[in-house]
Amino acid sequence: MVSTEQRISVTINGTTYEREVEARKLLIHFIRDDLDLTGSHIGCDTGNCGACSVILDGRLVKSCMLLAVQADGSAVETVEGLADGDELSKLQQSFKDHHALQCGYCTPGMLMSATALLRANPHPSEDEIKKGLQGNICRCTGYWNIFEAVKAASE
Amino acid sequence: MTTTTIAPEQTEVAQETWKGQSVPRKEDRRLLEGQGVFVDDVKRHGMGYIHFVRSPYGHAHISSIDVSKAEEIGGVYGTLTGEEVASLTDPFFQISSVPGANLKDYALAVGKVRYVGEAVVAVVAETRELARDASELVEIEYEPLPAVTDARHARDADAPTLHEDAGGNLMWEGVYEWGDLDAAFAEADKIVKIDELHFHRFNSTPLETNGALVEYNRGIGQWTIHTNNQFPGFAAIMMGPAMRCGLDKLRFVTQDIGGGFGNKITSHPQLVACCLLARKLGRPVQWTEWRTDFHMSMSHGNERWFQNTEVAVKDDGTLLGFRTTALDDAGAWLRYEPLGGVIWAQVTPGMYRWKHIRVDFQQVATNKAPCSPNRGYSRMQHLWFTERMIDIVAHELGLDPVEVRKRNYIRADEMPYETPNGCVYDSGDYARMLDIGLDLIDYAGIEARREEAESRGKLLGVGIGSTLDSGTNNFAQSQLINPELQFSGNNEVATVKLDIFGEIVVTLGTTPQGQGHETTASQVVADILKCSLEDVHVRSGHDSYWNSHAGFSGTYASQFAVTGLTAVKGATEMLAAEIKQLAGAVFGGVPPEALEFADGGVRIAESPEAFLPFMACGAIINANNAGLPDDLNVTLNCRYVYKPPFQVPDIERKFGNLTLTYATQIHVAVVEIDPETGYYDIVDYVAIDDCGKRINPQIVEGQVMGATAQALGAVMHEQFTYDEDGNLLTPNFYDYHVPHALDMPPLKTGSIESPSPFTELGTKGMGEGGGAGIHSVCAAIQDALRGHGDAVVWDSSNPYHRVWEMLQHPAEAGGSVSVVSA
Repeated sequence: MVSTEQRISVTINGTTYEREVEARKLLIHFIRDDLDLTGSHIGCDTGNCGACSVILDGRLVKSCMLLAVQADGSAVETVEGLADGDELSKLQQSFKDHHALQCGYCTPGMLMSATALLRANPHPSEDEIKKGLQGNICRCTGYWNIFEAVKAASE
Repeated sequence: MTTTTIAPEQTEVAQETWKGQSVPRKEDRRLLEGQGVFVDDVKRHGMGYIHFVRSPYGHAHISSIDVSKAEEIGGVYGTLTGEEVASLTDPFFQISSVPGANLKDYALAVGKVRYVGEAVVAVVAETRELARDASELVEIEYEPLPAVTDARHARDADAPTLHEDAGGNLMWEGVYEWGDLDAAFAEADKIVKIDELHFHRFNSTPLETNGALVEYNRGIGQWTIHTNNQFPGFAAIMMGPAMRCGLDKLRFVTQDIGGGFGNKITSHPQLVACCLLARKLGRPVQWTEWRTDFHMSMSHGNERWFQNTEVAVKDDGTLLGFRTTALDDAGAWLRYEPLGGVIWAQVTPGMYRWKHIRVDFQQVATNKAPCSPNRGYSRMQHLWFTERMIDIVAHELGLDPVEVRKRNYIRADEMPYETPNGCVYDSGDYARMLDIGLDLIDYAGIEARREEAESRGKLLGVGIGSTLDSGTNNFAQSQLINPELQFSGNNEVATVKLDIFGEIVVTLGTTPQGQGHETTASQVVADILKCSLEDVHVRSGHDSYWNSHAGFSGTYASQFAVTGLTAVKGATEMLAAEIKQLAGAVFGGVPPEALEFADGGVRIAESPEAFLPFMACGAIINANNAGLPDDLNVTLNCRYVYKPPFQVPDIERKFGNLTLTYATQIHVAVVEIDPETGYYDIVDYVAIDDCGKRINPQIVEGQVMGATAQALGAVMHEQFTYDEDGNLLTPNFYDYHVPHALDMPPLKTGSIESPSPFTELGTKGMGEGGGAGIHSVCAAIQDALRGHGDAVVWDSSNPYHRVWEMLQHPAEAGGSVSVVSA
C-alpha cells in the first residue's frame, strides 16, 4: 500500500490544527476522526445528503467531497462554532423554537447551509430558502418546520 | 409560509399541566451545538475499523475464501469468515414455523450467498480507508447460481431454491378467515374483481446508517455494545443464544440515534460479527455502515402482492367483505419475518365495517435484501390495499369515494369497536376527521379547480388516504405465526429516583431516535411531582446497566406514549408515595393524604410552612438515615414495569386483540398531472391526526409531518429496484431519490383528540402515519385518470413514467379490474 502523508494546517472555528494526513483522507474524516469534532456528520458517500456541510473560506462545501489536503491553509466553520458561548445563534434558537429537528443528525449540515444562505441573502423568499437547502437531506421533519425556522431567523 | 396548522378540537378543558403543552425539547440544545453523541462519534484507543466484504452475486455458492493477502498488510488487524462464525456461534433463532424455521442464518454468509450485498467476510484495520482497501485483497471464488427476484415466480417449478433446508422458497403461509364469506358474496349486488395490486419495496433510509463500537472485557467475558440498534431487547434475544452466552454478557448502550424508522431493529448479525472480532482481536472494533451497504442489505420494507382480490359490495356502496391472496416477498432471510405475516392483522378491516374477510397469506424468499420493519410495518401495506379497494370500488361503480368512505367507516358511537378478528379499536371519529380534511382542502370547490386545471391542459385529481397507526403490540400475535413461540404481551420499564441533592433522575428502556422522549417523560414526571421541567433529569438513550429495560424495551411500533410514558408515570407515582411516607415520618406521623407537592418539595397541605424540599428527602434516605423508623421502607429509587392488559389470542380462529391503541390519520391530496409527460405536482395537501391525548402537540405534529414526507417520497420516487440477476439498481441517494426541500408540497395539518379509554394517560402511540400519503396520492392519481383512460392505480410506486404509461396505455398498465353482478 502506498501511503502519502502530507502536513496540513487548517483553522477550524478559530483554532489552527497542524496534522499529518494521508493524501486521500476526506476532509470530513479529518474533522471527525483526527480532530474529534464530531458535530459534522456523514449520511451518504456520494455528496447527496449534506450532513457534512461546512463553510470553507466563506463558501458552503460538502466536506465529504473534498480531501483534507485541499483544505490546507483554509479557515473552516463547523456547527461547533455557531453558538456564542452559551448563547445559541439566532438560527439555532429558531430551529429549537420551530421544532425544526427531530433526530438531529442532519441538523449540523442544515444549520451550516442555512447560515451560508442567510449570509448571502439575509431575507430569502420561500423559494430561495428551499433552493438554499436543497443539498441537505432530512428524513425526519419533511422540511416544513425547517423552512419556518430559517424564515423566522431571517426576520 | 407553506404550512397551516389548525388547532385541535379540545376534548377537555385545558388544565395547568405540563402535559398537553408544546414545551421546547430538552434534546435540542446538544443536537444544535453538534454535541450529540451518535454511534460513529464513539471512539476508543486502539480501535479497529470493520469493513464487510459483500457478495457481488444475487445467488452463488462460495467455493473458496482466502484472506491471507489482506491479513499480510501492515495495519490490518484481522478478519472474520463465515466458516469461523459457523464454528463459534449457532444459527439465529427463527421466529417462523416450518419451513422458514429450518433456515440456518448466521452473522456472515456460510457456504452460499443469497443476495447482492450479503456480508461474506469482515476485515478490521487501523483506519477506515485501510480496511476498505484490504477488503479488495480478500479472494473469494463464487459459482454463480440463477436468481429469483420476482416473488410471483419464487414457487415456480424451475425457480432456484434459496434455502435447501427449507425445501423450497415458501417460508410461511397461513389462512385468515373471519365471518361468512359465502353469505357475504351471496348478499352482494356486485363483486369487484381486482387481478393484482403491488406494494413496492422501499424503506425510510435514516440519514445515519447502522453502526456499533464493541468492546470485549476478557476478564468478565462481557461485551459492551455501543450501537444505534433501536430494539436492544430483540437484539439481545437474537444474539445471546447464537453467541452461547447469557444476556448479562451483552451490555447495550445507545445515546443519540440518527433516525431509525424500524430500519435499525435487525442489525444483530453485524453486531455478532463485531462481538466476535472484538474478542478475537483483543481490541475495540468499530463498524459504520456505508450508505450503499445500508441500501443493499438493511431492512427493506415488505414488498407485497395482492392477487385475485374480490370485493363484495351492495349497489349503494355498502361494503360486505373481501378475499385476497397476499404474497409477501421477504427477501433472502427472515430477520424479523415472518412477523409481517400477522402484523397486518392488527388493522384487518382498515377503518371500515365489513365483517367477512379472508386473506390467504404466503411469504416467500427471493434473492433480494432481507425485509424487516419499516415505518408502518406490514399495516401500511394492508391499509394501502384496503384504501385501493375502496377507491377502485367507487371508481368502478361510479360512486363518490367520500360517500363510500362515510357509508362504511366505523362510527364514533361504535367505539370501542371489535373488528372481525377480535382487535378492539379504542376510539376515534373518522368521519369528522374526513370532514375537517375536506374543509381544509376546499373540497366543495374541487370541481371548479378541476375545470380550471383542465383549461391549462392539466388533469386534477383529489384523493383520500384513511389510515390507522396501531400501537403497543401484543406480542402473542407471534403465536399466530408459530404456536411454539413463548412471547406474549408487552412491557416497558422506567426508573425514577431522588438523588442525594434532590435531583430527580429518570431512566428509560427506550432508544429514541428523534421522538423527544427526554422532553415528554419530563412533562409526565413534573406534573406528578409539581416541579419544573428543569428539575427532571432524563438520561439520554439506553443502557443495559441502568436496569430500566425488559424484554420488549426499545423504540419501535408506535408505543412510547403508552408503554414508555405509563412506565414513567408508574415509577413517578411510586416515588411520590415514598416521598410522602418519608415526609410523613419526618413531620412526626402525618398521613400521606395530608401532604402535597409544591415548589420542589413536599408540604402539609393545611400548614404549608411545614415543607421538606426534595434535596432534604434525597439526603436523608441516601446519606443521613440514622434514626429513621424501622418500618419506613422507602428507597426513593423506584422501578416500574408497565404491562398492557392483553390475553393470548385464540390461535385456531386467529382471533383476539393484537394492539392496545389505534391512532388515526386522514390525508387528502390534490395532484395536477401533465398528461403529455406524466409529470405531476401535489398542489394541495392536508393531514389530519388523532392520537388521543397529546403530551406535546408540537412533537406529535412533527411526527405527522415526517411520516407524510416519507410517504410522499415512497409513492413518487423511492424504490429498491432489482434486475433479474438480483442487482440493486438504487444503491445510493443518486438513484434512490428521497424528498429534498424543493420536492415538498404545501401542507396543512389539523387534529382532533379522541382519548384512548385503554391507557392511563389517554394517549395512543403514534408516529408511523400508516402510509397515508401513499394511499392519498394513489387515490388522487386514480381520480385524475377518471375519463382519461380510466387506468387502475395498481402499484404503490407511481413515478412520472408510470403515470405516463397509465395515460398512454391504460389497458396494459396493469391492475385489471372487472365488475360482476352477483
